[in-house]
Amino acid sequence: MTEQLDAGLVAERIAESDQLSAPSGDREIGRARRRKEDARLVTGRTTWTDNIQLPGMLYVTFLRSPMAHARITRVDTSAARARPGVVAALSGRDLADEQGSLPCAWPVTEDIVIPDHPPMAVEEVRYVGEAVACVVATDRYAAADALEEIEVDYEPLEAVVDMTEALTEGSPKVHETGNRAFTWRFAQGDVGAAFRDAPIVVERDYVQQRLIPTAMEPRAVVATTDGDSFTLYSATQIPHVLRVMLAMTTGIPEHRLRVVAPDVGGGFGSKLQVTAEEVLALLLTRRIGRPVKWTESRSEGNLTVHHGRDQLQRIRLAAERDGRLRAVQVELLADMGAYLMLVTPGVPLLGAFMYNGIYKMDAYDFTCTGVFTTKMPTDAYRGAGRPEATFAIERAMDELAHELGLDPVEVRRRNWIAHEEFPYTTVCGLTYDSGNYEAATDRALDLFGYDTLREEQARRRAEGDPIQLGIGVSTFTEMCGLAPSRVLGSLSYGAGGWEHASVRVLPTGKVEVVTGTSPHGQGHETAWSQIASDALGVPFEDVSVLHGDTAISHKGMDTYGSRSLVVGGIAVLSACEKVKDRARELAAHMLEASAEDVEFADGSFRVRGTSQGRTIQEVALAAFAAHDLPDGVEPGLDAETTFDPDNFSFPHGTHLCAVEVDTETGGTTIRSYVAVDDVGAVVNPLIVEGQVHGGIAQGIGQALFEEAIYDAEGNLLTTTMADYLVPTALDLPEFVTDRTETPATSNPLGVKGVGEAGTIASTPAVVNAVVDALRPYGVRDVRMPCTPERVWRAINSGTSGASGVSEASEGSHGSGAPQSSQGSRASEGFEGGGR
Amino acid sequence: MPRITVTVDEITYEEEVEPRLLLVHLLRDRLGRTGTPIGCDTGNCGACTVMLDGVSVKSCSVLAVQADGSEVVTVEGLSSGQEWHPMQRAFHAEHALQCGYCTPGMIMAAIDLVRNDPDPSEEAVRRGLEGNLCRCTGYTNIVRAVRRGAQEMAGRHD
Ligand code: FES
Ligand code: FES
Repeated sequence: MTEQLDAGLVAERIAESDQLSAPSGDREIGRARRRKEDARLVTGRTTWTDNIQLPGMLYVTFLRSPMAHARITRVDTSAARARPGVVAALSGRDLADEQGSLPCAWPVTEDIVIPDHPPMAVEEVRYVGEAVACVVATDRYAAADALEEIEVDYEPLEAVVDMTEALTEGSPKVHETGNRAFTWRFAQGDVGAAFRDAPIVVERDYVQQRLIPTAMEPRAVVATTDGDSFTLYSATQIPHVLRVMLAMTTGIPEHRLRVVAPDVGGGFGSKLQVTAEEVLALLLTRRIGRPVKWTESRSEGNLTVHHGRDQLQRIRLAAERDGRLRAVQVELLADMGAYLMLVTPGVPLLGAFMYNGIYKMDAYDFTCTGVFTTKMPTDAYRGAGRPEATFAIERAMDELAHELGLDPVEVRRRNWIAHEEFPYTTVCGLTYDSGNYEAATDRALDLFGYDTLREEQARRRAEGDPIQLGIGVSTFTEMCGLAPSRVLGSLSYGAGGWEHASVRVLPTGKVEVVTGTSPHGQGHETAWSQIASDALGVPFEDVSVLHGDTAISHKGMDTYGSRSLVVGGIAVLSACEKVKDRARELAAHMLEASAEDVEFADGSFRVRGTSQGRTIQEVALAAFAAHDLPDGVEPGLDAETTFDPDNFSFPHGTHLCAVEVDTETGGTTIRSYVAVDDVGAVVNPLIVEGQVHGGIAQGIGQALFEEAIYDAEGNLLTTTMADYLVPTALDLPEFVTDRTETPATSNPLGVKGVGEAGTIASTPAVVNAVVDALRPYGVRDVRMPCTPERVWRAINSGTSGASGVSEASEGSHGSGAPQSSQGSRASEGFEGGGR
Repeated sequence: MPRITVTVDEITYEEEVEPRLLLVHLLRDRLGRTGTPIGCDTGNCGACTVMLDGVSVKSCSVLAVQADGSEVVTVEGLSSGQEWHPMQRAFHAEHALQCGYCTPGMIMAAIDLVRNDPDPSEEAVRRGLEGNLCRCTGYTNIVRAVRRGAQEMAGRHD
């Protein structure tokens, strides 16, 4: 501001608006606000980590193991060190004394095996891509050249790629302690009795293939030090968690370490990690005393960004003849990969309470065994545990419907929790606070034209049309809003699930919201502004949201698990409420009224029954000037809160997918896709719709296109975007989305979270549709991704394309390379241009 | 080392470059034009798309020496002052970006697409942008944005 702030001016300003305008009643919450974030993103004025250039900065590259399992017998970095521009060339042994072990924060059982996980391998490598040496040089190209000069001798050990084999007696071992990391069990009710005389039992095996999260921004790290303190910039979802964990791992005192998440280009769980490269960048800057940067290439990232899913599922349903469920029993094998990373073992267990879905039953039994293999570790990927659970139960419900000759929607209706039964405590002991499955499903059926499509399907079947129509249903819920700290504690997670916010009204009346969430595409700057704008009665444009830097936001638990709005957004709201309470006290003093007589609306405090009042901006200026504060009131208008939820939130919805399957080629095309989600109250419908769209696309990716394939020697075959196929614009239809709105009762905004919903719901909807199309051919499953080859084989093998577990080795041995509907993408060069 | 002259967003640079230097690295590391990001190393993602003499190219698949004597426009050169390009406005209006990492490339590819097909159908947009990957949006809003941007570029408004 240009005006001089003197006492006279302060008084004048405060006196300016004795007569306040009438409240407008316009609310920001619920408005489709265009995003504040976009301005820098559409103009290229971004701060991706790789954009950061610091004086004297050096570039790091890593030499990575070409072997899945081997003893390192010699590393010679001398030739690399001698090259021009090279500042250091180091092996794991050079760093062994200071590098510590990468953390696992989720020891799910007492007897879990958590192997030592050196950021750079010292004696043994256990997956292809594990770092064995590094070069630090003056530019990227010099570093890459020098890498070629490093010599490493390996003594090969046997790869372990198949989980089932890994658990057999004579299997080679990934770690001395063997290949079983843990077994975790959870049971409720008498499952034995439920199955013993059950009229119907459906047992199916499903494969959750290994996925590569593929955020579009590759990981990058910049580390720097002034000799005393350290700053780490990283493409991370979790600057706060990372700071704590890095301090513990490297011994750099926490108060001397600042972590910044600048603009981050997507995460989907893959940047919820404490990575080897983050630790090593810090160690290198400490050792060399100059800033260092590392940016991964995509092919390096496909090898070494943690992978997702990779589970073998066996699900058994016991049901009555009318389709009502008695019990669900689940056995999982979960591939941990070579080490346990930040939340590796916890991921499959996030689904442990979800295999019952939205259905009522008397008994439940879940067992999961975590298995080591010589592959990249798995960890969180969008949905983390809940997509797997939803897939299994929703696929199995379709199988149950088929066995009983019932419509799949009807079987679900007979089992789901009716809207009048909420709050409902499920067989797993979770209390679903609110929901209306009937409403969402009816709306979806309507938008989809379900009956008409069924008629068309019957016609095509009767005519023997080579293009068959399939209809897939998925009625899902998820537990999200991670999470009540005491629940996380009871599940042996290493931290809580609270979130922090602070809000300050600046002297000029503008507002800064500091949040502990760490957005990387979610639009928190916009949505939190909407929340604060309503709560404080200030214009949307007058709010700034600060985040992603531990020096600015000193306290937070970051962004994952659809938690930001449900936990972090509520923290923002309650910090605003505190600010308002403080302002009310001061306003009352200014108006010479008692606080009880002062009401707040539309940004102003008024004495009840009069037009006399003060705007919150006036109160902020008075609080800043502090010339006349009531006793006990501190200067400045600000407040902070840390919110810890009482319960998870439970978004739900019904997704319907229609596919056309060419029975001659096996090609699948999605003809229409309808999603009706109930994410509770909505802060910004535009953002919600975008999250649903993107989530659906990722779930479709798993259903039809994506798979990380290792061969029998443990080599990853899908290291590039030409091999690992994320959906293109041409692979996807226009999504039809709508919402029903049953407010959550567990928080004051009634919000439930939306980040993972689409991904959780869509995979089973698509696969159910593919299988539905092929029922006349006796097909009862197609293993994911449902590539043309797999679909064709399923049709031509006459009965079932794949019986899950037994076919798992196919993927492991790499014979089922995924094909997009356009076939494998060739690399496009200069000529190809934008297309 | 070869010496090249290249104009980037209306500024002319003379640079000595290694023959192997990629255009995208010239832009990002040497010229500080970091608005154009890198998403892959196989020419698949399109994040690095820029205009080279008026045609969209993937700048990770062009050598800096190939751009000698050429004019490059990046996403940073699209807006004039405070005024955004219609395609930038359309992406904002249709919420066609989330993390925004693919956005510079999408916008550049979309502008080229619309220059060749001023009123593209949904199908034409999907086909035209097949070489630009987005992991966040599921493309529905990108398709809407490109069609809206096309209208605005042609001076047609709804
Ligand atoms: S970075 Fe150029 S196509 Fe991916
Ligand atoms: S907006 Fe994130 S990749 Fe497209």
